[in-house]
Order: sequence, then structure tokens, then C-alpha cells
Amino acid sequence: MSRVDLLALLPYLVLGAAAVLELLVIAWRRHHGASAWICALGLMLAFAALFVAAPHTPRAVTPLLLIDGYALFYTGLVLLAALVVALLSHGYLREQRAQPREEYYVLLLLATLGAAVLVASDHFASFFLGLETLSISLLGLIGYPRAIAQPAEASIKYLILSGLSSALLLFGIALVYNELGTLSFAALAPGALGVGGPGAGPRDFTSLAGVALILVGVGFKLSVVPFHLWAPDIYQGAPAPVSGFVAVVSKCAVVALLLRYFLAARAFDAATLTLLISVIAVLSILAGNLLALLQDNVKRLLAYSSIAHLGYVLVAFLAGGALAVEAVSAYLVAYAITTLGAFGVVGLLSRPGQGRDADSIGDYQGLFWTRPALAAVLTVMLLSLAGIPLTLGFIAKFYAVTAGVGAHLTAPVTALVVGSIIGLYYYLRLIVALIRPAPAAPVVASGAPAEVPSGPRARACTGTLGGTVMAVLLLALVVLGVYPSPLVSLIRHTAGTLTAAADSLAARGPR
Amino acid sequence: MMLAWLILVPVLGAVIAAVSGRAARDAPRWIALAALAVELALTVAIAVTAPGGRWLAHTHWRWIPQLGISFRLDLDGLSLVLILLAIGLTALAVAASWREIGERVGAFHSNLLFTLAGIVGVFLALDLFLFFFFWELMLVPMYFIIALWGHERRVYAAIKFFIFTQGSGLVMLVAILALALAHRRATGVLTFDYFALQGTALSPRIAFWIMLGFFFAFAVKLPAVPLHSWLPDAHTEAPTAGSVLLAGVLLKTGAYGLLRFVVPLFPQAAHAFAPIAMLLGAISVLYGALLAFAQRDMKRLVAYSSISHMGFVLLGVFAWTALSLQGVVVEMVAHGISTGALFIVVGMLQERLHTRDLARMGGLAAELPRLSALAMLFAIASLGLPGLGNFIGEFLILLGSFTVNRSLTIVASVGLVAAVIYALALVQRALHGQPHALRPAGAPLLDLGARETTVLAVLTAAIVWLGVYPRPLFDAAAGGLDHLQQGAPLIAVASPAPTPAPNSTPTPAPTLALTLALTRAERPR
Repeated sequence: MSRVDLLALLPYLVLGAAAVLELLVIAWRRHHGASAWICALGLMLAFAALFVAAPHTPRAVTPLLLIDGYALFYTGLVLLAALVVALLSHGYLREQRAQPREEYYVLLLLATLGAAVLVASDHFASFFLGLETLSISLLGLIGYPRAIAQPAEASIKYLILSGLSSALLLFGIALVYNELGTLSFAALAPGALGVGGPGAGPRDFTSLAGVALILVGVGFKLSVVPFHLWAPDIYQGAPAPVSGFVAVVSKCAVVALLLRYFLAARAFDAATLTLLISVIAVLSILAGNLLALLQDNVKRLLAYSSIAHLGYVLVAFLAGGALAVEAVSAYLVAYAITTLGAFGVVGLLSRPGQGRDADSIGDYQGLFWTRPALAAVLTVMLLSLAGIPLTLGFIAKFYAVTAGVGAHLTAPVTALVVGSIIGLYYYLRLIVALIRPAPAAPVVASGAPAEVPSGPRARACTGTLGGTVMAVLLLALVVLGVYPSPLVSLIRHTAGTLTAAADSLAARGPR
Repeated sequence: MMLAWLILVPVLGAVIAAVSGRAARDAPRWIALAALAVELALTVAIAVTAPGGRWLAHTHWRWIPQLGISFRLDLDGLSLVLILLAIGLTALAVAASWREIGERVGAFHSNLLFTLAGIVGVFLALDLFLFFFFWELMLVPMYFIIALWGHERRVYAAIKFFIFTQGSGLVMLVAILALALAHRRATGVLTFDYFALQGTALSPRIAFWIMLGFFFAFAVKLPAVPLHSWLPDAHTEAPTAGSVLLAGVLLKTGAYGLLRFVVPLFPQAAHAFAPIAMLLGAISVLYGALLAFAQRDMKRLVAYSSISHMGFVLLGVFAWTALSLQGVVVEMVAHGISTGALFIVVGMLQERLHTRDLARMGGLAAELPRLSALAMLFAIASLGLPGLGNFIGEFLILLGSFTVNRSLTIVASVGLVAAVIYALALVQRALHGQPHALRPAGAPLLDLGARETTVLAVLTAAIVWLGVYPRPLFDAAAGGLDHLQQGAPLIAVASPAPTPAPNSTPTPAPTLALTLALTRAERPR
């Protein structure tokens, strides 16, 4: 391994080192604040290392990892999202003194490392490695407040379903390997699945079944319909910052990987697969939005909304080609910011010591009048999820529709429009709850206010750290929503290089 | 640059108004009025210093060059008229809600000014992306106005309003993208520029579907009959200022969209669609009038009358003759004034009586002579009495549409009779007869105060002026309208009249003479 290889790998090395350092520090002395800061610093350093790695891209480091602009873009997204989660977790865990809190950050770093490896992987082995690192760490994170039943239940559910999906995934990989004799994506491209020019694809049943199984495994991670059943339970059970992490980091990384794989395998040429994905997309959009209508629990609502949003991402994904990469990337950035913001507000309102997060819609009633800043943040996040202008969500939806219309995807685009209209209702419902007059605290006979468990009014201050993070997210959402030009350029110059590479590979033709 | 200020001034006003609410209770009202005064001065200054020609002013900045999106604002006569209407009505809305809005005054005026900023943006934007941006943006503050300061069923009405208009907007977004991408396929350039897209070559079938996408969004906003069900709820539940803005200006954005985008961008498709659109217009006229008559809630009555008036607009736009278009502009302004005034009157009555139920009114003329007289005036303006603004608009629309589609024009003109019924029913039930037994006796009702008198006097002057001397309005809008019509002359030429070719060519001369004769005849004697 040469010096350049090491430089290209630097972000990943920094992440790994931070995890190890974290463990050593815990072994030496437990200190919640220090652990949180090591985690945050590690993530920041890894992010800085992206700029060190950038000049050396694209570079294949071992057959497993391909460090290119695309990988760096998504690694950056994953790192920033993890940083937000780490900072929010600090405030969330601060009051939870019943059990050790420091290992949480180790798990967070490892999960992030898994996600980062995932987006850079160019080989089924690294794909699986990254995915499992991510999933197993998430398992610990979801069930971290182990004294409470709900997170533990969520953790077990995630363990079983994640194990099942991994098994299906492995079987799919085995089938593809059986057909092609290689596990490397790069080797897939010119020959393999798509021998011949456009129009050809994985015609063979075995490899088609393999790709379909891979899709099923990935579908579980993305929680798209019909593989979505775990999502609401786990979002509800997990601590709010972890729910945000599951919704954002793990999904973004898996989408990024799927896109890379599909472009490399020229799977967009296979009509069966695109049909399969459009069915999944339409179902996710409709089912996600319709089920979200029924929710009275904000975390479950966000879970169903996230299912619908993954459906929107798949619409952009289906377009294939350069526009799809741009649209998916833009959408994921918007999705990451808004989802983290929404779960961030949930986390900031919650008092973990009291057994449940502030996730009932009643907890949010009148928030505008009791805690206007947080309510305003949540409103903007919800408007962004609904795709209203002045927010990045609008640009993202615009991008997704552009990609869909450009590729003549009639049914998915129709579903997107219909789904967005349905979606408005539950986002507005939550906003309406925010602006309703706050319910008066029930007064017991003695005259003292009754205990309001985990209500938003139970805690007066957000803490400057949480507030700052929210402000930054809000600012990013609005500034990029009004002036998205820099983001578009960034995506073109980093993630956009993926299609250029794929095109040049395709141009080389079959060997 | 000047045009960008037209959007920035209300935005800045909105921010200051929101903050100032803490300092003093009435501060946001004065700040809103000041911002509107600046806005008005700026608009007038731009119009006066304009070099002439079709476009009075122009702003063009790069925004998202990667996607061919630019920040492009252009002002022509049509936009100018509508912007002035919007500014005027917003100012009156502020004045009219002086006492009605007592809570969260800063936030209320902030939302009002943000709505205005969005509306002005809609009237100025000539980049389709930018247009859509403002189109969606103006909904959010209006949503909050209804949901926060509205009447009993405000949440329901606000959500319904938002879902209808936002949903139809998404359909338009798909249409905009289909148009832009078709243009890219033809020329290789991705752009959302109005002028570049105007010449896009489209197959008739595609053009028809894209046109339909635009039409759908504008027909919801207008509203045309099968898509109107949001309007009665939203107008009824909104606070007075919200109703004034909704009826006075927000509905006009739909008409403006039809004028500016649907017909000029897709002349052939619009022509093919014209009979259906005109049919919808005629149905709206009758249906709105009939349902208005059936209402007990005074505000709902006025809301349904809006549907009727907007039916005329739809008819006139798709007739697309010089006369009917002039009629459309007058009708838009006149409807803004008369319906705005009626909503203000309803608001004043509700402040005094705490009900909008017509069955619980009656006999108000004796107790509130001045308010009743003015209510009567606006009611008969709404029914189209000659000498008041609505008459000019409706008459010109019917005259202009007659050459294009005789039967539908005749059907629509029946709507004028229906309007008489509902307007007089309003007057009869609310103002005349015996006072309702249940009205709380005791404190006598107060007639108009100075502020209220001023508001209604301004509206009265405007509607009379429009009725007797609409010439300046024609002149202001003419530059924009002529170009619009020349850009897409197809409807007028190939009208579905029985004998197409020989009949259509000589029409322009007599219609022009008629216009002149009419406008002269309406001068004050």
C-alpha cells in the first residue's frame, strides 16, 4: 500500500483511530463530556481528511474500496450527519446517569465507519463488511437505554430483521458470484451482467434472482414497502438521536451504494429490475403517506414519512444516468438535514430519564407559544419535508420530479405528486398542533401544577449546544433552499463523477 | 434591480413588523402601512419613469445557472395593474383589521406582508421556476393567516385551502418540467425562461397535456367550478383581511396565469380547449350565483358570488378577443374592489353583531344607516349595475365573447340576472325588514367610525371611478394586453364561429370602434 493509498484512505483511518482512542479513554477514565468531544472531534477530523484525500481521487485502494468523488461526497454527508447526531446525543444522554454513557460514542463512530465504508465500496465483500459494521453498531445504539423495555424491544426487532435481510443479501451475492465468478463491481461493468450494449441486462434467471435478492436485502435497510414493517417500531423505540441516525446515515449510505452498484452493473438496462423498483417506489410513496395519516405519534409519523421519502428518492433513482445521480444526491442532502432537524427537535424536547421521548402529538400542542424557537425550527423542517419553497426540500423535490419527468416515468411521478398532496395533510396537522393554544397544565387540588411527564414544558432550556446545532441545520436548509447553486456545483463535481466514470467504462465496451 | 425591491420591501416590512409587535401593540400596523406606502411609491416611480414599450422594467440575474434557472422579473401593464390592486387591497386589509385582530398583531401583519411579497413575485416572475417558487410561497403565510386568526372551522378550511392549491401547483410543476425538458430535447438547452419556452415546438398531443397541467393549477386558484370547493370554506373562515386578500388578489393570480402562461405558451392547445374552458366559465357563473342565493352565512354568500364573477373572467380569457381581455382586466380589478369591500362590510357587521347569519340580521338599515347604505352600494356593484366597475367588466367580456361563442355567452349573461337575485337577497335579508328577535338588545349598535368610513370611502371612490371612467385602466393595461394577444392570436382568428374565414377578418375594426365608443360614453357627464 503506497503513501497515496494511505492519503486517499485517510478519512476512514481517522474514523477507525477515533473509535480505538475512544475505547482507550473509556478504559482509562469514564467521562461523558470527554467521550462526546472525542467523538465529535474524530468526525470533524475525518471530515477535514476528505480534503486531503480529494486530490488523489479517483483511486482504487485494494480491490475493495474505490475512493472517488462520489465516495467522498457521501462520506462527507455521512460524517456531517453523524456529527449532528453526536452533538445532539450529548444533550440527550447528559441527564441519563443510571448507566454508563460513554460506549454510545464508540458505537456511533463504528456505525459511521461502516456507513463510510459502504459508500466507498466497490466490491461485494466491502459492501457486506460495511453493512454489517453499520447494522451491528446500530443494534447497540438502538437498545442503548437498556433499562427501558421499548428500546430493548426495538433492538431485538432490528436484530432479527437485519439478520434476515443480511442472509437474503448474502444469498443474492452468492448467486451473482455463481454466475459471474467475481465479486468486484468494477469487473461487472463492461462484461458480466450486461454483455452487449444498451438493452441487454441480467437476462439470465440466476443472476436476475441474485440481483433481486440483493434488492430485497437492501430494501430492508431502506425500509421501503413491502420491507418497511420494522421502521415505525424501531423509530419509536430508539432514542430520538439514534432514530435520526437510522433514518439518515444508514439509509443515505445504502442508497448511495445501490446507485453505484446499479450503474456499475448496468442494471438500469434490465426492464424487470426497473419495473420492480418502480413498483417498490410507488408502493412506498402511497403506503408511507397513507399510513402516516393515521399516526398520533410523532416518531412513527416521521418513520412513515421517511418511507415515503425513500420512495421519492427511488423515483429520482429510476431515472438512471447523470440526472439521477444529481437528483438522488440533492434529495438525500435535503432529506438528511430535514430529518435530522425533526428528530433533533424530538430529542431536545425529550427527557430520556422519564421512560419515553416526547413523541405524542399532544406533547407538541402549543409549542409555538411556549418555546417559539424550537417550534419554528420544526415548522420549517416540516415545510421542507412537504417541499415548500425557501427550503431545500423544495429544490430536492423539484430535482426528483425533473429526473422523473425527464425519464418519462409516468406512474412513479404521478405517485410522487399524489403522495406529496397526501403528505401535506399530516405535516400540516403537526404544524397546526404547534400553533394551537397550549393546554393549561392540569392543576391538582393542592394548587400545585400536576406532574406533566416528559411534556415540552417540563424542560425550560434547550442547552446552547442543541440550540446551535438546530440553528445551523435551519440555516443550511434555508440558505441552500434559496441559493442552491453551490450545492448543485458540489454535487456535479463530486458525486457527478460517478456517471462520467460509468460512461467511460461503458464506452470501452465488452472486452 | 428596482423590481427586486418590489419584492424586498414587503419582506423587510414583514420582518420589522414581526419584531415590532413586542414594542407596541399597534406598531406592526403602522409599519405595515409604511411598507405599503413605500411599495406604492416605488411601483408608481417605476411606472412613471418607464421608457415605454411593452416592458416597463426588467431584472435579470443568474440564480441556478446549472439548471437554466434565472431570477427574471419583468413588469408590463397587466402586472402593473394587478400589483397596484394588490398593494391597495393589502393597505385596506390592514386598516380593516385594526380592531378585529387583537392577538399576535406582529405575526399577523408579518404574514400579510409575506403574502403580498409572494403575490407581487407571481405577477412579476417570467422564469417559470421562479414563478412556481412564488406561486407556492404565497400559500404558506396565507395558510397561517387562516389557521391562526380565522373563525370557527379555521383549521379545516386552512388545510383544505393548502392542499387544493399546493396539490394543483404540483401538477403545474410537472407541466413546467415537461415543457422545459421538451425544449431541451428540441434545442439541447435546459431553460425555464418564459420567452425561450414560448417558441417550443411541441406535438399537439403533448402540448395539450402540458397546457392542461397549467390550466388545472390556475383553474383551482381562479376557481372554476368543479375545482372550487376550497374557496367557500377558506373565504368564510379567514379573518377579514385574509378574505380580502384571497378574493381580491389571490384569485387574480389564477386569471393572470391563464393570461400570461396558458394561452401564450400553448396557443393551439388553448384554442382547442377554449370551448371547454368557456363552458366551465359559464357554468361557474350560474353555479356560483345560484349557490350564493342559497347561503345563510353572509360571508359564504359573498364567497360564492366570487365564483360567479371569476366565471366571467374564465369566459373572457378563453374568448381571447381584444374586448374580452379588456373586460377581464376591468372585471379583475372591479371584483377585487367590490368583493373586498363586501368582505370588509361583513367583517364590520360581525364585529357588531357577532354573527354572520343572515337569518339573525334584518332591519339594520335603521340602526346603521351609513354602513347599510355602503353595503347596499357594494351589493349592487356586485350585481353589475351600470355606472359601477363590475358592469364595465362583465359587459365587455360578454360583448367580446359573443363573437366567439354565442350560446355560452348567452348562458353566462343569464348569470347577471342571477346576480341580481343574490345581491338583492343579501340587501333584503340583512338590511331591511324587522330586526331579529334574538339580537341582544341594550347597547345600541355603533355606526361607522372614522377609520371604517375612510376604508369604505376609498373603495367607493374606486368602484365609481372604475364605472364611469375606466379609460386610465385600459391605457395602463393596453400595452401588455396587445402584446399578449398578438403573441397568440390564434383563438381570436380561428374562433368557433359558424363561418370562420370571411367572418373573422373584418372584426377588429368594429370592435375597436366599439371600445372607444363605450369608454367615451362612460365619461362623467
